[in-house]
Amino acid sequence: MEKNKFPQSYDKRKRRSQKIAFGIFSLFSFSIVIILFSILGFIVYKGIGVINWNFITTEPTDGMTAGGIWPAIVGTFYLMLGSAIFAFPVGIMSGIYMNEYAPNGKIVKFIRVMTNNLSGIPSIVFGLFGMTLFVNYLGFGDSILAGSLTLGLLCVPLVIRTTEEALKAIPNTFREGSRALGATKLQTIRRVILPIATPNIITGLILALGRVSGETAPILFTCAAYFLPKIPTSIFDQCMALPYHLYVISTSGTDMEAQLPIAYGTALVLIIIILVVNLLANALRKYFSKKVKMN
Amino acid sequence: MNKIDVKDVNFYYGNFQALKGINMQIQEKSVVAFIGPSGCGKSTFLRLFNRMNDLIPDTRMEGQILIDNEDIYAKGVPVDELRKRVGMVFQRPNPFPKSIFENVAYGLRVNGIKDNEFIRHRVEETLKGAALWDEVKDKLKESAFALSGGQQQRLCIARAMAVSPSVLLMDEPASALDPISTAKVEELIHELKKDYTIVIVTHNMQQAARVSDKTAYFYLGEMIEFDNTKKIFTNPSQISTQNYITGRFG
Repeated sequence: MEKNKFPQSYDKRKRRSQKIAFGIFSLFSFSIVIILFSILGFIVYKGIGVINWNFITTEPTDGMTAGGIWPAIVGTFYLMLGSAIFAFPVGIMSGIYMNEYAPNGKIVKFIRVMTNNLSGIPSIVFGLFGMTLFVNYLGFGDSILAGSLTLGLLCVPLVIRTTEEALKAIPNTFREGSRALGATKLQTIRRVILPIATPNIITGLILALGRVSGETAPILFTCAAYFLPKIPTSIFDQCMALPYHLYVISTSGTDMEAQLPIAYGTALVLIIIILVVNLLANALRKYFSKKVKMN
Repeated sequence: MNKIDVKDVNFYYGNFQALKGINMQIQEKSVVAFIGPSGCGKSTFLRLFNRMNDLIPDTRMEGQILIDNEDIYAKGVPVDELRKRVGMVFQRPNPFPKSIFENVAYGLRVNGIKDNEFIRHRVEETLKGAALWDEVKDKLKESAFALSGGQQQRLCIARAMAVSPSVLLMDEPASALDPISTAKVEELIHELKKDYTIVIVTHNMQQAARVSDKTAYFYLGEMIEFDNTKKIFTNPSQISTQNYITGRFG
């Protein structure tokens, strides 16, 4: 019988390169985790010391060298809420329109290119635009309203894109099955398509919220107050915000040495807020996936 | 009496002509099978009967299709109404990610029925009609995705029946199923023939021979032959039909 002609040494080489490739891939993946944990660890280590009930619930005192960050926490919440009220409906409806309604072709392509361009604009430019349009032209002044709208503009493309992706991932067979029973397009979207897409859309919304809560530049000229020791009472009030507060106390002030721990504490609170929002979102996501009886 | 009357139908995907000058009469409460090699236009033709091709952009249809003597492509025909009268079952089982009950109830709900007692009654009736009731009656609230592929397909048949159509279109309904499930679906088609006019597209020649009264053979967008199934499979008048059914190509 003829011996097979596969060179034996090649098997070894194959296995070795397989191992090396696998090693490199996993090394890089794990390095991401390590980087994340070093950042988190660093912030926690530096910031945990100043965090206590007082720090969270009182306003800054002594020229922001002592006291807490309560107004900034509230401000950040208001801005997240405000931009969500604006950006979520606009983004979700645009995403639905683009994937389900718009005649395929030039119009959708045009909107999509524009959306991508919008998300490519630097956030400081959004700030400038927001100042011109909302603060000055529409006369909202430096306010939560102007800041929320500016932040909303910033994250709308993200919401549109994730909504579109979530819808695109749903096989057409569901749509056809529904339409074949005499359901209209709107009924199909409401009763079949959206319930399936909701968990993924929520992921997009969370990403958007995370982005909003951490932005400084868009609120710089539209909303954020350097120091405002009271809680805003109207949407036309200015407010403090965690990222801007962080920026302020780590770059200017009277006593840098006293301020630095506060800066780390502020960073830690910001990260915790984003984390909590993420956890909440995950719970929502799970709830909605369970409601859709996929299995 | 003719349930469906097709007159000089041409159909285009963009510039590509997928159907060429088709004429056909389908009798009420009969089963008609469409056979032919992939890409011959049989599925496209089937999807004209409930205007499903309307959902595909850049398509065009010429000619007339009458169902119950009414031109379904006439201006102003309410397409959603038409689809209530002409039900469809797809190639792959496509239940909604809802409970078994809600899958069958869906067609009723989207057509405005709110009476829960009536819906419950109708769901039971159709599931019985689709020979699925005994298998699912204890788990109506469970996801339709928990059913086997064959059960899912019979659920989709029940779903289509729930809105009381008079025509059922089936696009290769058993092609994704195992032999036992296929046999069950075929058995069901036999039963349904009493109440429905059924048009079925199939790749499976034996299936066409088993379930249909008449068979149409399509090739390259043309209807080559349309006759009693028995005649098509024993003594076709076209050489092309004979080549296909004897497996010489296709």
